[in-house]
Amino acid sequence: MYLQKQFLVVNMCGIIGVIDRGRSGMDGSGIKEALSLMNERGSGEGAGYVAYGIYPDYPDYYALHVFYDNLVEPKKKVDDLLEKWGRIVQQEEIPTYEQPGLRKKHIPWRYFYKPHKDLVVGSSTPEDDLVKTLVMDINSRIDGALVFSSGINMGVFKAAGWPEDVADFYRIQDYKGYIWLAHNRYPTNTPGWWGGAHPFNLLDWSVVHNGEITSYGTNRQYVESNGYKCTMFTDTEVVAYLFDILGRRHGLSEDLVVKALAPPFWDEIDAMPERQRKIDHAMRLTYGAAQMNGPFAIVVATSQGIVGFTDRIKLRPLVVAENGNKLYISSEEAAIRVMDPAVQNIRMPRAGEPVIGRVIV
Amino acid sequence: MEKLVIDAKGMHYTPLNKQIRQAVAAGVKEIEINNVLGQRFIANGLRGDVKITINGIPGGDLCMFMNGPECTVHGDCEHAPGNTMDGGMIIVHGSAGDAVAHSMRGGKVYVRNNIGYRGGIHMKEYESKKPMLVIGGTSHAFLGEYMAGGLILVLGMGSQPLMEDRGIGSGIHGGEIVIRGNVSDRLLGVGAIKTEFTESDLKRLSPVIEDFCSRFDIDPVPLMDTNYTRIVPSSSRPFAGKYTWE
Repeated sequence: MYLQKQFLVVNMCGIIGVIDRGRSGMDGSGIKEALSLMNERGSGEGAGYVAYGIYPDYPDYYALHVFYDNLVEPKKKVDDLLEKWGRIVQQEEIPTYEQPGLRKKHIPWRYFYKPHKDLVVGSSTPEDDLVKTLVMDINSRIDGALVFSSGINMGVFKAAGWPEDVADFYRIQDYKGYIWLAHNRYPTNTPGWWGGAHPFNLLDWSVVHNGEITSYGTNRQYVESNGYKCTMFTDTEVVAYLFDILGRRHGLSEDLVVKALAPPFWDEIDAMPERQRKIDHAMRLTYGAAQMNGPFAIVVATSQGIVGFTDRIKLRPLVVAENGNKLYISSEEAAIRVMDPAVQNIRMPRAGEPVIGRVIV
Repeated sequence: MEKLVIDAKGMHYTPLNKQIRQAVAAGVKEIEINNVLGQRFIANGLRGDVKITINGIPGGDLCMFMNGPECTVHGDCEHAPGNTMDGGMIIVHGSAGDAVAHSMRGGKVYVRNNIGYRGGIHMKEYESKKPMLVIGGTSHAFLGEYMAGGLILVLGMGSQPLMEDRGIGSGIHGGEIVIRGNVSDRLLGVGAIKTEFTESDLKRLSPVIEDFCSRFDIDPVPLMDTNYTRIVPSSSRPFAGKYTWE
């Protein structure tokens, strides 16, 4: 188990996340610079950003971001499906700006959408369930359409390219969010493509990930047996679905979700006080199929906050820093300092230790 | 020869290293690099007799393969400073990331504060070449993983308890890890055992402790006793039967 050699692998990926716990908006220019600083961690085959709080004019509508191969057949099918199950209040092409270093392979489109919740029974979150089902349906059944972002008042912006090109392509400096995550991809096991760039999103959950989930087969079976479909050809996708199952549907707190995905070792559990031991024991037995193996550093965001964590033997880097209401989580300290030279309390969390930043207003 | 001052703000590491190498080749003995932020591989493979001062946060693999120079960092380091270093010295007035001094073959790495996971992984020694990693604070897990030679010394200043992370010396088959205070048995990695730290060990390591303290302006006297734990391989070939049978 300890034989994995982080110092020999070339795949690294760069991740960075920031939250302003007081919900002050930050434009995307800072995180673009931070992500570009870690270009050594990428290969120009994928980069992306997600921001929360960017659509204040549509605070109650699902913002669906879709990659279309063309605006004829796939779009007609998606429009029909969406209108059948809800109401589209606004739709438009996401504004993009041609970049010499980036080839536009898809047309990014967005809908502001309200599902008819009375069409679903037996759920405590009928709107989320409906949108989740629509996303799975479109992504697995409609060729030439891929929903890559489906939360409320948030949005993912990603493509195959270098961080600065992707940022300028979407002009992310024009968006103001109180949470940002960003990812610089170095694809290793599957080819780089627009849908395979991070962040991965489903509903309110967004994920950026550096590493490799070697337990992908087991995890994929677990999420698919719970009604999710893996369509992105890369491992990180399952993390978003795992958080949706454990966090939203099972109602676990962020630290319990992390405990399920990156649990303590059995010998550590055996040494715990009785009550804690029972909880950790039950978590491992209940969520054995959700447990993730392999090297990873992950940051997950929702509209309520961010959580960062690494695999249990810490085969990927993660640095945390704070400045007032702002909490930063990144692969490299230098990336944080580019965004905010005045950061304090810089530290490296332990393996498997969740670092949580919640909004306070 | 005059001191060379470089402003590295926004500079990529390739032109930066070119400038350093050219200066050393021209006989410059002192280089100061300011506004360093995330540039990797600084002083990579550098040879010669030169003192480098880095103000800022250098990126990963600082002084990789370096042989000879002395590099002082006023700031933290990212991953693997001293990677496969051959000789010379790195002095970090801050903390450092994972895999510090990994595969180090000679020279010294001093870190004033703490280091991340897998410090001194694969360190090795050969005849007169004996690398040293000295940490003023504490270390995360798997310190000295697969260690084959050299010395790792953890002084534990300012941290209580001194070491809390598991897997110390996991797979160690040469060299020694010396940690201030007592180390719990449950923190030892596979193949590592504790031995007593004796007066003769103290005598042997006193010059190292004194040198470290002098670099950071620390009083060495409180560190000069035998309250250390020495961790070594359980045998010269602890894994002889692991993958093959004899």
